[in-house]
Amino acid sequence: MSKTDIVTVTNLSKRYGSITAVDRISFSICSGEIFGFLGPNGAGKTTTINMMTGLARPTAGSIIIDGIDAVRNIKKAQSIMGIVPDESNLYDEMDGFDNLCFCGALYGMPRAARESRARELLEQFDLLKAGNRPFKAYSKGMRRKLTIAAALIHEPKILFLDEPTTGIDVESARQIRNLLLNLRLRGTTIFLTTHYIEEAERICDRVAFIVEGRIVAEGSVSKLLGSTGHGHAIRLTADAALEPFVCELQARVPGCTVRAEPGHAATVVSKERIPLYPILQYLDEQGVSVFEAKELTPTLEDVFVKITGIEAAESRKEARKVGIGR
Amino acid sequence: MKTWIAFWNIMKKDVRTYYLKPPNISWGIVFPLSWTLMQMIRSSGSVDLSSIREMLPGLIAMSVLFGTTSMLAVTITFERRGRSFDRLLLAPISLRAMVTAKLSGAVLFGALNAFVPVILAAWFVDLSEVNWVSVLLAVFLTALTSALMGLVIAVSAKEVFEAQTLSNFFRFPMLFLCGLFLPISSLPVCLRPISYMLPLTYGTDLLNSSILGASAMPPVLCIAVLLVFAILLFEFCQYSISRKWIL
Repeated sequence: MSKTDIVTVTNLSKRYGSITAVDRISFSICSGEIFGFLGPNGAGKTTTINMMTGLARPTAGSIIIDGIDAVRNIKKAQSIMGIVPDESNLYDEMDGFDNLCFCGALYGMPRAARESRARELLEQFDLLKAGNRPFKAYSKGMRRKLTIAAALIHEPKILFLDEPTTGIDVESARQIRNLLLNLRLRGTTIFLTTHYIEEAERICDRVAFIVEGRIVAEGSVSKLLGSTGHGHAIRLTADAALEPFVCELQARVPGCTVRAEPGHAATVVSKERIPLYPILQYLDEQGVSVFEAKELTPTLEDVFVKITGIEAAESRKEARKVGIGR
Repeated sequence: MKTWIAFWNIMKKDVRTYYLKPPNISWGIVFPLSWTLMQMIRSSGSVDLSSIREMLPGLIAMSVLFGTTSMLAVTITFERRGRSFDRLLLAPISLRAMVTAKLSGAVLFGALNAFVPVILAAWFVDLSEVNWVSVLLAVFLTALTSALMGLVIAVSAKEVFEAQTLSNFFRFPMLFLCGLFLPISSLPVCLRPISYMLPLTYGTDLLNSSILGASAMPPVLCIAVLLVFAILLFEFCQYSISRKWIL
């Protein structure tokens, strides 16, 4: 992957009267990477994407996309962008094929080229059979897939997606995630907003957390995961309650903290690697069998909660609906 | 070339998707036809063919007005509601080209509507002395200013029903104030300045001059005023769209 920045956003702000929706945010996106823009609802994700794509005017700051000043010359910048808004915005009255061809025409594609590309995309998105059906007859997942296909009709250098898997079925969401990974392999840069943290962890190279209009953390997924300072954690599941053994376990493994949990379980946390043998030996002596010892690794959600203090329970609940929950 | 491809396809999409639909076509045919018959029958109950030629400028003006104003207002409001209008704003074509493409579809539809009464009239009266170049110019300029008024309404309305209500709010008073039914000279003095502020007044007068050879104002003046209206309305619409829809 090339490390050249294709997008550079500097001190970008947006105010609506006295309300600051986006407050002096700065970040850059490398060519060919998937960049996730994460935050709770109302954090400023859509406002940011609208400013980058030309649907909103920044109050201050600059946006450079592939060397083009997107604040001053948005029309030139739009020619290399594909944009998937949070709601499908194709034409209900037109069929899938015509919608794609029309979108190609908006980018100045000649008729033969846009028709051939439309067929190719319908096939790629498994929508060939639905190509002659009106858009209004499509299911939610199909609508979202066709909207993404429409954004790809002119083979953009950079693809902006606003909450691409929100509100669609598990299978469609999975197909969309695979599609995004395939696009990255082909060199397309992807800017993705989502409030599904687990989705971002799964597909993004780098992420930025935005809360109340400000970026509170930014970096590669692995760097952010390493920043939690959680150390090591192991979850034990046994055939008896582990609460009576907590103090002795802590004494046998210096530097660790043991927390008994419901369901005959306990979590052992330590800054150092945790030796399993003394724990298993002691519990065996006490007549307790351990069925499972599972290493707990921090998730991006843990990072988000640690940095922002915002519980991501709502995000997790919704994520399960689209098949990314663990 | 790229702009032209986008322009042509926006116009073609509007005409195919919205304008050439049975309800709109029937509206374009039935409305002028009903008015023609109503005027021909008059109060005597018998058909008066001699008046067709005198009625033709008014019928053309009405057909254009009704064929353009609400069509553009409703289709744009509809697209705004469904967010498909955002797709046009996100496309790499200038706002000016996009607005012109949207207008062109409405103007084309309005112009086609205008010739429905002409075709009907041609069955009954001799139209060989009509100045067709001037008629075409009048139809085009009237359709353009009416479509632009529809765009002004679209910029102001958030819902489709609002666009329809606003269209009628402007259209019906205009019909009575533009000299179609009553000569402007016979209107109350306080209403006359309003008449001269309506583009339809000049369109109707230009049509009168082209078809009947009689007009209240010089044709060149009517053309000039209609052009000024078109430019001012176009610039206003473009400014409003840019300010209101690109937040």
